[in-house]
Amino acid sequence: MIWNEHYECMEREKLLKLQGIRLKEMVKRVYDTVPYYRKKLQDKGIEPDDIKGMDDLKTLPFTTKQDLRDNYPFGLFAVPQPDIVRFHASSGTTGKPTVVGYTHNDIQMWSEVVARSLTMAGVTKADIIQVAYGYGLFTGGLGLHYGAEKVGASVVPISGGNTKKQLQLIEDFGSTVLACTPSYAAFIGESLVEEKIDPNKIKLKAGVFGAEPWTQEMRMQIEQVLGIKAYDIYGLTEIIGPGVSMECQFQHGMHIFEDHFIPEIINPDTCEVLPYGELGELVFTPATKEAMPLIRYRTRDLTRIHAEKCECGRTLVRMEKCVGRSDDMLIIRGVNVFPSQVESVLLEMSETKPHYLIVVDRENNLDIMEIQVEIEEEFFSDEVKELEGLRQRIKANIASTLGISTSIRLVEPGTIERSMGKAKRVIDKRNLH
Amino acid sequence: MIIKQLSVFLENKTGRLTELTGILADNDINISAFSIADTADYGILRMIVGRPELAAEVLKKNGFTVKITDVVGMIIPHRPGGLHKALQIISDNNVAIDYMYAFASGDCKATVVIRAESLDKIIDVLQGHKMELLKKGDVYQV
Repeated sequence: MIWNEHYECMEREKLLKLQGIRLKEMVKRVYDTVPYYRKKLQDKGIEPDDIKGMDDLKTLPFTTKQDLRDNYPFGLFAVPQPDIVRFHASSGTTGKPTVVGYTHNDIQMWSEVVARSLTMAGVTKADIIQVAYGYGLFTGGLGLHYGAEKVGASVVPISGGNTKKQLQLIEDFGSTVLACTPSYAAFIGESLVEEKIDPNKIKLKAGVFGAEPWTQEMRMQIEQVLGIKAYDIYGLTEIIGPGVSMECQFQHGMHIFEDHFIPEIINPDTCEVLPYGELGELVFTPATKEAMPLIRYRTRDLTRIHAEKCECGRTLVRMEKCVGRSDDMLIIRGVNVFPSQVESVLLEMSETKPHYLIVVDRENNLDIMEIQVEIEEEFFSDEVKELEGLRQRIKANIASTLGISTSIRLVEPGTIERSMGKAKRVIDKRNLH
Repeated sequence: MIIKQLSVFLENKTGRLTELTGILADNDINISAFSIADTADYGILRMIVGRPELAAEVLKKNGFTVKITDVVGMIIPHRPGGLHKALQIISDNNVAIDYMYAFASGDCKATVVIRAESLDKIIDVLQGHKMELLKKGDVYQV
């Protein structure tokens, strides 16, 4: 099923033309209404009339998270405040939160792209969708909610947390679709087993998971324990929220809704635009956004884009799962480390589960990385040599994947905090800023 | 002849052991023997208790990682050379020991708890040499 065949299956040439028209219109709009952008464009010697189509995209300046911070809270809004119907904000891990605004039309557009996303996961008006993303300033809950209502599905707006209740409603309401972060889905799966609920008694068939990086192994584990097909949804608050891109049933990457969000891949060091298929930083220009259009927003997400037509019939380009964000990327003794790499090592080993915490510190000017791993009850041996053997195996596997030596600390099961939202995987005690 | 030992994984955290002994005390479980194998990050607590199954259950309920392990208890005379004689028998018969710990009470006997790769073999060997072994029923009195 395709929600909006006209846009999702548009010939590439026509799409490119449409993007060009929308880009041109947007640049003129921000030039007229956002002083910050007018100055930025003028500094580069660009007048709105210079932008004639998609070929001119590469001449435009970038926008970064820092620009959003500098203009906190409303400095980048392109409409007066009375036209704003909603705010969202992304959790400020460093400093102030990033604030975004939506006009009525923005909410409509967002609902549209989430409706397209849910349709990719096979969701129809016959489904009961349990939205266990947090509701509030976070875009997950309300984003999925409005999209699901647009599809006509029955929404259970339970929000995140309260896992007992989640399980109860999955059982009693017969929810068919679960939407939440992948780590919370894994936790719900764990709880299902703990509560000894018969997986055959629940009706879940699909999961729409996003808002944090997760691995293929984690997908398989969630699919197995919940008996569902798990779909990856991608988005970021600055662009719209969830629904920037989404996997179709073939799961060859996530289709980007390019008629609204124009993607580019750049070399993060030189900012040069890279061709399809090359790994680089993902950049978006949300050309149709009214409240807060951004020019070439740098996501810090590293991925590749593929343009070959998908078996599902959609012509929209597909982005791979991000290999990491440059801001959760750790540089340990000069080596780039992504927490997702540690996760896949632990998932590949049969004796461990991906409950881990990375603690980075600096001693005598040398980075040290400790990975705390919960031991699994069934693999607990009361012989030191067995446990030390396990520790050494984890250490060796991590070393061969990351290319650096780490220290492994075995900790008691259940002691690493389970997340109800985004999982906290890293504690960086180095004071590098 | 095989007796049940309780093995518990303990992170090196202040108060963690006290938490455990408190739970056993609250459940009226007596500890007869006790040893800790320690590493930098964690310890493995091994103990012989009355009602090991119940002890394992209440500890698990309180979030501890617990395992019941089969061990052998050997009773030796509490005097110079007592342990040596017993170990000589074991090593002469090529039985590999994983770990052991011992305790002597005031009287003339001492008890050695042994975990070995082959418990059946060690029982055979020790019984063949007329060594006294702890029986299940003796455990409470150890």
